[in-house]
Amino acid sequence: MTSNAAVPFWRAAGMTYITYSNICANLVRNCLKEPYKTEALSREKVHFSISKWTDGKPEKPTIRSDSPEE
Amino acid sequence: MLRRASMLLACRPILAARARPFSTDLPAAPSADATFTEAWTKVIPNMDPPKTPLSFMQPRPPTPSSIPSKLTVNFVLPYASELATKEVDMVIVPATTGQMGVLPGHVATIAELKPGVLSVHEGSEMTKYFISSGFVFIHANSFADIIAVEAVPLDRLDVNLVQKGLAEFTSKLSSATTDLEKAEAQIGIDVHSALNSALTG
Repeated sequence: MTSNAAVPFWRAAGMTYITYSNICANLVRNCLKEPYKTEALSREKVHFSISKWTDGKPEKPTIRSDSPEE
Repeated sequence: MLRRASMLLACRPILAARARPFSTDLPAAPSADATFTEAWTKVIPNMDPPKTPLSFMQPRPPTPSSIPSKLTVNFVLPYASELATKEVDMVIVPATTGQMGVLPGHVATIAELKPGVLSVHEGSEMTKYFISSGFVFIHANSFADIIAVEAVPLDRLDVNLVQKGLAEFTSKLSSATTDLEKAEAQIGIDVHSALNSALTG
């Protein structure tokens, strides 16, 4: 349908749609009025913790959220 | 036994394809899996066949032959369902290609949404939500599914925070170095200017 040249600016900068969508949602949540803002921020915390395993034992986990892929 | 079932399944779509002129005019979906129950009763006649996922789903409403008078809207968020099969007159969605008005009988469309205002028109009342981003799926049978990550009624937005954010991201854009930082700053500017025009417009 669309040619490869007409990609959105965020895709051209290496960002995926999900990252873009989550950034937009966070920006909107930060602009809410007070009681709604605290409920929204507590609702949408997303973290995942990654631990590498060596010799059958997990190392100390690191918590990551939304960082760009290396 | 399984080969017979897969042969029967292979024959079904061909017959259905000859009967269907357009792919958007789909017939009402069946609510029970006839082929599966036949194959089951042939092999295990004593036990009742288990329910398949198809029987738990509500069948798709058929495409009516004349344009219906109301649009049925399902507006969902990841944490709540705002509107569930609500019958309305029109919705205006902020698609990436511009504000798109959806009336009953709209052609089947899939549109990506940009940060902007969604307005739902029912009789003389209009409800507005600010949507951060999402998609809208309009089906041929005048059902519209709007999915958004974050949607807030406009009175929950704080004008000062919006303008502060806009100024902050405009300055971030001029000081950004990498492509990613520039993209993030641009996203910030887009979202905040959409918020601003929603609150002032």
